[in-house]
Amino acid sequence: MNKPYNSRDWMSHPAYLHAPYKSTVLRSPTKPLIPLKQTLSERTGPVYGHEKVGVLDADLTKNGAKNGEPLGERILVTGRVLDEDGRPVRNTLVEVWQANAAGRYIHKVDQHNAPLDPNFFGGGRCVTDDEGRYTFRTIKPGAYPWGNHYNAWRPNHIHFSLLGPSIATRLVTQMYFPGDPLLDLDPIYLGTPEEARERLISKFSIDVTEPDFSLGYIFDIVLRGRNETPMED
Amino acid sequence: MPETTTATASEALKQTPSQTVGPYFAYGLTAGQYGYPHTAIADSTLTDNETEGERIRVEGIVYDGNGDPINDAMIEIWQADAEGRFNHPEDTRRPNAHFEGFGRCGTGTDPENRFWFDTVKPGAADVGEAPHINMIVFARGMLVHAYTRVYFADEAEANAADPVMQSVPQERRHTLVAERRETPTGTVYRFDIHMQGDDETVFFDV
Ligand SMILES: [Fe+3]
Repeated sequence: MNKPYNSRDWMSHPAYLHAPYKSTVLRSPTKPLIPLKQTLSERTGPVYGHEKVGVLDADLTKNGAKNGEPLGERILVTGRVLDEDGRPVRNTLVEVWQANAAGRYIHKVDQHNAPLDPNFFGGGRCVTDDEGRYTFRTIKPGAYPWGNHYNAWRPNHIHFSLLGPSIATRLVTQMYFPGDPLLDLDPIYLGTPEEARERLISKFSIDVTEPDFSLGYIFDIVLRGRNETPMED
Repeated sequence: MPETTTATASEALKQTPSQTVGPYFAYGLTAGQYGYPHTAIADSTLTDNETEGERIRVEGIVYDGNGDPINDAMIEIWQADAEGRFNHPEDTRRPNAHFEGFGRCGTGTDPENRFWFDTVKPGAADVGEAPHINMIVFARGMLVHAYTRVYFADEAEANAADPVMQSVPQERRHTLVAERRETPTGTVYRFDIHMQGDDETVFFDV
């Protein structure tokens, strides 16, 4: 019998209710979660490997191009998906979506008065390699206003969705950029426990930066482990 | 209580915090359903012509604390096949062809803001367990996703014996049970989700 996955560490995750983020008020469960002893249902989950990923899926500078290159600052975003014991999470799907350089989503209900980019779609996916590494090539997303409160602006961010090896490891998160002055004003970011917040901020890396081409950012992601003794590397 | 990790301090890493899926997931995660020119890894249809088992539709509405339908939620399901087997390496029984068991549906394309899944009724995965579908709820305004389970009204006896069901206070168990109804297009199980209120759905700390 394999071991269960570690619980969600509630010192690392936001609470459901974070009143400054107004939409949480009517959408957060009010009763305590009921502890669940994991069965095979929770120790398994969807497994999608390379067969679901196209050649351009990880290159957002190309996968939406129609008649040219997207506008904005080219960036490379890479990192490792690890479990809590530092083991790579291999062959797991990473999905991303983001606004364009002007802060506009291609989504039909995004009414922000900023231009769409005919050569930028903003969605991509890839599968981690044997070291748990993923890499996306994209355009740095712009900040955008939202209706939460007067003069509310989301910091630059890329949405990430990860499956991991089981439904217990499922994670949807957002990657932010270092030094963004909007972070300290953003109720979504600030809903995260203070000691955990900086894990959401990518690091600029001159090593990942490609000369004459694009800046590089590193964003490592830690999914729940399963309480086993770490293997020797 | 979470079990303590066996890793040493230098090896132990901390979980990356969850953030909301936000209002704009549609073209990233459910592109086909919403008509965007991009593929999605999964959608509302879990079966193909060769999938074995009883065809069912599971559908419902996600309600907020005012009782209004949420039109920008995303629901994922994960389930065993008709014989109770999961398509995953940790399930060591014979592999289960023609059924991956994973579905994903947003609530923004149906006129009533329903989610729906065309699937098969799962078998019980283990002795003593009732058949069920694992469901995960994401939405704008949810900083963390929520796990629930869909049980079937016509499995009352198995439901009563199911250890997870038994861990739920009696008066809340009905929130986990989908009602069965026969329609001209097939069998439909109705499973509405109430984020709050008298019938607040049971969510699990998985
Ligand atoms: Fe966003």
